[in-house]
Amino acid sequence: MKTKIRIAAGQGFWGDLPDAPVRQVEEGPIDYLMLDYLAEVTMSIMQKQKARDPKAGYARDFVPLMKRILPACVERDIKVTANAGGVNVEGCAAAVRDVARELDLSGKLKIGIVTGDDILDQIDELLARGIELRNMETDEPLATVRDRIQSANVYLGAAPIVEALNKGARIVITGRATDTGLTLAPMIHEFGWAADDWNRLAAGTIAGHIIECGAQCSGGNCQYEWQSVPNLANVGFPIVEATPDGTFVITKHEGTGGWVIIPSIKEQLVYEMGDPHEYITPDCVADFTTVRLEYEGRDRVRVFGIEGRPATDSFKVSISYSAGYKAVGTLVYSWPDAYDKAQAADRILRGRLDRLGLKFDQILTEFVGVNATHGPLAGLPSPDLPEVQLRVGVRGNDRNAIERFTKELAPLILTGPPGVTGFAGGRPKVEEIVAYWPALMPKQEIVPRVDLIDA
Amino acid sequence: MKVKLIKLAHARSGDKGDTANVGLIALREESYSILVREVTAARVKEHFKGICKGEVERFELPNLGALNFLLHGSLGGGGTLSLMTDAQGKTFSTALLRMEIDVTDDEAMKLGA
Repeated sequence: MKTKIRIAAGQGFWGDLPDAPVRQVEEGPIDYLMLDYLAEVTMSIMQKQKARDPKAGYARDFVPLMKRILPACVERDIKVTANAGGVNVEGCAAAVRDVARELDLSGKLKIGIVTGDDILDQIDELLARGIELRNMETDEPLATVRDRIQSANVYLGAAPIVEALNKGARIVITGRATDTGLTLAPMIHEFGWAADDWNRLAAGTIAGHIIECGAQCSGGNCQYEWQSVPNLANVGFPIVEATPDGTFVITKHEGTGGWVIIPSIKEQLVYEMGDPHEYITPDCVADFTTVRLEYEGRDRVRVFGIEGRPATDSFKVSISYSAGYKAVGTLVYSWPDAYDKAQAADRILRGRLDRLGLKFDQILTEFVGVNATHGPLAGLPSPDLPEVQLRVGVRGNDRNAIERFTKELAPLILTGPPGVTGFAGGRPKVEEIVAYWPALMPKQEIVPRVDLIDA
Repeated sequence: MKVKLIKLAHARSGDKGDTANVGLIALREESYSILVREVTAARVKEHFKGICKGEVERFELPNLGALNFLLHGSLGGGGTLSLMTDAQGKTFSTALLRMEIDVTDDEAMKLGA
């Protein structure tokens, strides 16, 4: 058994710095690269792509990334865990296999495929059996949006990823797996932690939480003394150095920018936190009130003391559904009286929308430079503001009404207050809203599937 | 005397649906008890008047010298439904740091306020 493994986070979200995972592989020693691709509504985008093209439906950038790093991964025995498979895990795995063959790595690696998370085809049968999939936030039953559902996936945990690693996979590709599971699985695989070793599972889960947002724990978006964060241009992404006893160190490659300090780790620990006593994943319930932190050197924070409790009987389900349309448009008003002009323009616009008889579920006006972030807490602006951006958004089910709204903004330039600019981008786009419906379902309904293919 | 929270704490915020979470972290260990005493759920609810439409919950993390607040009904529907610039509640952290709290003269001196 290894006494220490290094798990590197390659990105904080799909669209993060493109070279970060490559640099994690090239700029220092690591054993695992963890890549989280799936935000809450990403699956619905992928379902749409797959509907148009049966070969699509996964994170396409994963394949060229693998092309860049696979030779190094094979040579230096680095394994990859990634939820890049979206709604077409097999398609993603086949594309990676083709790349491996192109690179002459045939026979040198196995690709693990984790499926079983996609329950879109089972929804009616589940509802018929009384599994209501009520919205965790609003308590509404799923039946209310049944005909508008676009995707439905269970969040799988570490277990099937561990199984794939145990069977010899070098690259494990999943669909909707938790980002914490992608980090925890290598620890269970390497250290042989038991399925009911709750404290260690909680430790691995919290390690995953700390690195799942990439550099947000190593100097990015760091409020604490932000002006002093060194060399963010060259920011180092985080690495967990895990040990069999469940304690770990957060660090980053030497020579990279950013910093790993106790305040940067604390900021990430509280990020998107609910009840800190119960951080619920498919693998365990982690207790954030037990986390202890101490320095172990420059850019090294040791994390220990973590306690956990048994996992619950439920899987969380991520369902996406079509929820109408929206559009947001902006105009910029300049000194003098910038705020007054922007407010006047908003009144004129609303008057015109009223006269047209357009109905929206919601209309929101914000004044960027005055109140868009802190609302009334920002207080009254200086009368001498150099400029204010008027930002108006509308939302509703009537696409035509939203479309019409987008045609009412530009005319304000010639038919409203003076000193206005900032319309170079043309009319705002009408966007279809795909909303998120979180629900719970009994774990026994789901059987994750693990397959391996040879490159 | 009154001091702004930004003198005592740093923070990070995020979202879960229509709920914003704000983690408030004491800059120095000894300030944590002041945060616990002054930054109650009720005070935070009052501070975010007109922004937070639901309840405010508070959780204590003495191990991190931190408090976690959940501000329900704050993000215009949340996620993709929201029309807000800050639909993900990322700037609720600094919005909370605007809050003024009462500290004793002794506490103020230690803070260098």
